[in-house]
Amino acid sequence: MKLDLISKDMRKLIFKTAYSGHTGHIASAMSVVEILTSLYFGDILQYNPKNPLWIERDKLIMSKGHASLALYSTLAMAGYFPIEELKTFCHPFSKFGGEPKYGDIPGIEATTGSLGHGLSFAVGIALASKLDSIQNRIYVILGDGECQEGSVWEAAMSAAHYKLDNLTVILDYNKLQAMGEIEDILSLNPINKKWEYFGWEVLEIDGHNLKEIQEVLSMDRQRDIKKPRIIIAHTIKGKGISFMENVPIWHYRMPNEEELQIVLNDLELSKEELLN
Amino acid sequence: MRNTYLNTLYELAKQDKNVLSLVADNGMIVYDDFKRDMPDQFFNFGISEGHMISAAAGLASCGKIPFIYTISAFLAYRSYEFLRLDVCLQNLNVKIVGIGTGTSYGYLGPTHHTTEDIALLRSLPNLTVFSPSTIEETKEIIKASYFINGPVYIRLGNNSLSYPMINKDFCIGKGNILSTGDDIAIFTTGSILEEVLKVESKLKALNINAEIISIHTLKPFDCDLVEYIANSNKKIFSVEEHNCIGGLGSAIAEIIADRNLNTEFYRIGLKDIFAEGYGTQQEVRMQNNLDANGIYKQMIDILL
Repeated sequence: MKLDLISKDMRKLIFKTAYSGHTGHIASAMSVVEILTSLYFGDILQYNPKNPLWIERDKLIMSKGHASLALYSTLAMAGYFPIEELKTFCHPFSKFGGEPKYGDIPGIEATTGSLGHGLSFAVGIALASKLDSIQNRIYVILGDGECQEGSVWEAAMSAAHYKLDNLTVILDYNKLQAMGEIEDILSLNPINKKWEYFGWEVLEIDGHNLKEIQEVLSMDRQRDIKKPRIIIAHTIKGKGISFMENVPIWHYRMPNEEELQIVLNDLELSKEELLN
Repeated sequence: MRNTYLNTLYELAKQDKNVLSLVADNGMIVYDDFKRDMPDQFFNFGISEGHMISAAAGLASCGKIPFIYTISAFLAYRSYEFLRLDVCLQNLNVKIVGIGTGTSYGYLGPTHHTTEDIALLRSLPNLTVFSPSTIEETKEIIKASYFINGPVYIRLGNNSLSYPMINKDFCIGKGNILSTGDDIAIFTTGSILEEVLKVESKLKALNINAEIISIHTLKPFDCDLVEYIANSNKKIFSVEEHNCIGGLGSAIAEIIADRNLNTEFYRIGLKDIFAEGYGTQQEVRMQNNLDANGIYKQMIDILL
């Protein structure tokens, strides 16, 4: 299947899952759809859903754990567990909570949810791969608002110090956080220079352009730069749902009946599909 | 205790290359042998304790056994959420070794004291909590922690009190009875044992014989020992270089309440204050009524 069609299906599944649970960070999940599509279905990540603990697998840490809807949808589509299971999202006794939990769900490499942890955890994994001479790659999807946490920069220094060239961060740079625009709340600029000065190789792409994402991620294994790598992916929060795009209030909110119709139209999702 | 820890860790790391030593810019010189002999197993993360704990969790998720070592105040307080979420919630095999518990860093004051760590860390699910009082206990605990497949916190003092164990078989979660006595029982934990032993002698001069128990494992706790002693009709004291809230005394009080034990029990420790004053550890203890004289006076007020 073509990657753009996979992204389209993923957006449908994200919304269906949120609708089942009556909750979720929909806009934050929509922001990373193309990134996850490329990683899991564009022949970037080496993984085996039938053997999720395969020792040489590549690993993805979703540091912005509130994008769990996107990660769960991706893992289900990749075959880690049946898509049907996502109907239990945030239900009592479900393993699929609002933030992903390590050990409960195949394919989840770390528990995340409190921001500013994922990159440090990934530094540990990347170091372990170096120690054991495992040729895998470690990916982290980092939120932009998350970069306001000081621990992100401790981890950034550490990764550069240990020359973790097996580590790639993809920064979901949608420029919004819960209460508004990052630039107004606590500016990160110049974000590219900051990472560069912290010792990282820095690239910038359109985070919704699958061709661009594929081009840059497929270079990961061929590069010969002894530095960790960050890809600043310019994205749109709420991408794909017209009234959510770039509107901060949709950080954590469910649409009403009237808005639901617009969602279904935007995602080309029928009411029957939504309920099944 | 520090040297005992380092020597024991050295031996473990020699035998198992998955054992790693992580520090946060502390331990000058004392790590020289380790770094020289096992450079690939040593990491100085710099002054970034929270990040170091999280990275250790990542290492442990790949089968490594990181032993983190730095000043206990910075591990217990600054890094608490990293310990809670990355290590304990994910039940990963990380050993957290804090040096300088209580008022060990007496000249530096409350920024470097660790007098609330038991309260904080005892309440973390999945975490085993050790607090050795002697170098003999320290050695056994470091070895035992290697065999625990899960998170462990070891709180070390700066003293080097040697007190051979009466019962040679070290057992996790069992109190170490250092001496027996018919009149009262004193539970203690950590390096303040050195003060408690002086108190024992002073009490003996008054014909008061104390049973001294070192609680080297704060979680799991030796509940049966508390029940056994409570049923022997001895007055029970807890002595700790820690806030009375949430520490050893609180743990004993929980057992007395849970098991509905009928006993007299008194807690001696910091009375919900930050330890006051500066000086040697001994001098700081003195300023907070936690040196032998201070502890003795508090006990005598109750006993006589």
